[in-house]
Amino acid sequence: MESSLLFQLMVNGVIVGTLYGVVAMCFVLIYKSTQVVNFAQGEFLLIGAWTCWWMVTSMELPFWAAFPLTFLFMMAFGIVLQIVVLRPLIGEPVISVIMVTIGLSIFFQAVMKSIFGVWPQPFPEIFPVKSVNILGLQVQPAYLMSLVVSVVIMGLFAWFFKYSRMGLAMRATAFNQQVAQSLGISVKTVFAMAWAISAMVSALAGVVVGMVNGVSSALSFFGIKVFPAVIVGGLDSIVGAIVGGLIIGLLENMAEYVDGQYLHVGNLYTVAPFYVLVIILMIKPYGLFGTKTIERV
Amino acid sequence: MISSSLIPCGQYKTSYGADTTIFLTPASRNWCVVGVAVALMVPLVASNYVLSILIQIGYYGIAALGLNILVGSTGQISLGHAAFFGFGAFASAWLNNKFGIPVLLAIPLAGVMTTLLGLLFGIPAGRLKGLYLAIATFASQFILEDFFSRANWFTGGSSGAQANPINVLGYEISGDRGFFYVVLFFLVIMYLLGTNLLRTRDGRAFVAVRDHYLSAEVMGINLTKYRILSFGISSFYAGIGGALYGHYLGYVSAEGFTILLSIQFLGMIIIGGMGSVMGTLMGTAFMVLLPEATEGTVSTIKHFTGDIPALTSALAYLKEAAIGLAIVLFLIFEPDGLVHRWRLIKSYWKLYPFSY
Repeated sequence: MESSLLFQLMVNGVIVGTLYGVVAMCFVLIYKSTQVVNFAQGEFLLIGAWTCWWMVTSMELPFWAAFPLTFLFMMAFGIVLQIVVLRPLIGEPVISVIMVTIGLSIFFQAVMKSIFGVWPQPFPEIFPVKSVNILGLQVQPAYLMSLVVSVVIMGLFAWFFKYSRMGLAMRATAFNQQVAQSLGISVKTVFAMAWAISAMVSALAGVVVGMVNGVSSALSFFGIKVFPAVIVGGLDSIVGAIVGGLIIGLLENMAEYVDGQYLHVGNLYTVAPFYVLVIILMIKPYGLFGTKTIERV
Repeated sequence: MISSSLIPCGQYKTSYGADTTIFLTPASRNWCVVGVAVALMVPLVASNYVLSILIQIGYYGIAALGLNILVGSTGQISLGHAAFFGFGAFASAWLNNKFGIPVLLAIPLAGVMTTLLGLLFGIPAGRLKGLYLAIATFASQFILEDFFSRANWFTGGSSGAQANPINVLGYEISGDRGFFYVVLFFLVIMYLLGTNLLRTRDGRAFVAVRDHYLSAEVMGINLTKYRILSFGISSFYAGIGGALYGHYLGYVSAEGFTILLSIQFLGMIIIGGMGSVMGTLMGTAFMVLLPEATEGTVSTIKHFTGDIPALTSALAYLKEAAIGLAIVLFLIFEPDGLVHRWRLIKSYWKLYPFSY
């Protein structure tokens, strides 16, 4: 009983962890290319999920049509956000940029709550079967889909940054903005694209989570859980984000197991990642894969 | 208090002492005295509603000044100020309930306890800066929130803690009228202390750490010491503000000190003006009045259009959205805050009509 529970939790951890990894990747993408710490990452999930939900339920579009439309909307949303809000802040001190994203996060969360309410709204059933049996475990198909989707996204990211023209331009910009600009790369486009891609992929994660748990404002908590993940992995490493997401997902579920079986303190599940975050920051602030910044005067 | 505008033309100072007085000009000192005197008269005429708002501005203003010393003057970002604010509220109630320490003494003692906690949580600040520190304090906010809901002996757990009213020489101060004077007393003292701090060696060291930490270190300022000290001082202010909050409401519950309050504190100092003492008070007033203004606007709209149920139910979220929007708009259009705008207005009228 105990070991099977543990195994189930581990599987949960991997599935949730990959989702954390995907969101963390989006976060790192923005940080790496535009040097903005995005506290509103969770709201991207929220907005994406609500948009898709609204299209499926109110507009009664079929899911396969609503999904790409959500993507298009989020792409436009990311670009507009970057141009209107973030672009005037280039060159401002760190605190201003952080506060703007925090302000955006509060604003969007409140707006979403006032439009859609606070109660979780379930997606209509998309899969015909309730659960599938894999290695003796009952797994919801939506979970399976989320795992597959996450892995596919990670593969796409790898391809995008290695071979596509835009991806190479983004890497060049992240490496050195001035040099990139002198080579004819439009840094403005790269910034806007980074936000667009990040918003799109986050929305996808939001839709996937929404299918499993229902869409509610609790989704934005993903944006907070992203911080332990990216700090463990290193703030500017895409690989680190995935590894960090997996570690945090597993850690959460392990914490739940230890808590439920031995400690009985309750709520360890939500706080454990933050203890890890503080410890990592004290010992190894650049994380597992992050680059150490060397400051010269 | 300290502001660089409206100083009479030319420098006639002959000593360093004259250059670092609390009030730069006699006029600014006189206006502050007049302001306090007017504030003393306010309870005679104001309604309870106005008084309760002024009291809110008072205790939030004290805590926000602490954050401004930390963020505005030392350049350390803290996203966990509400947790310290809450700790002060619980500490004061706990000291009073458990040990029977009179409330008026428990409030400063709660400040001291919060200082110790702040020094502990400030240790990462000795090593981290910029956004890493922001994330670390972000985590400490969640850790402390979790502690509040867990530590039954200290906070009463989920049921909250009782905070007794203030008792002076056997006379119980109850009601907004009496409490207003208590808050005003603490506000004046804390603001004078804050202004004074910024002109001492320690205060100037804070500014040096903010402006260029390497140069500061070369000039013999111990970075770790001053970063942690700044955290301690800011927590002291948060503790005092929190204790006043607790005794004003009479009841402290763990739900009140979320990340949203931390962000509101940051909003106050950004809207007011970073590193400015008077700006802190302006920003706090703005932040306290904003939800009231939102409510007023909504009821005006309803007055013209009739009752809209959707608008009524969304009011709480509209208030939150207004806070977020205010922070974003100020950062884009007025990054130096209200105090900057105030200086512009003053210098405009001083030079009117020959502004060149």
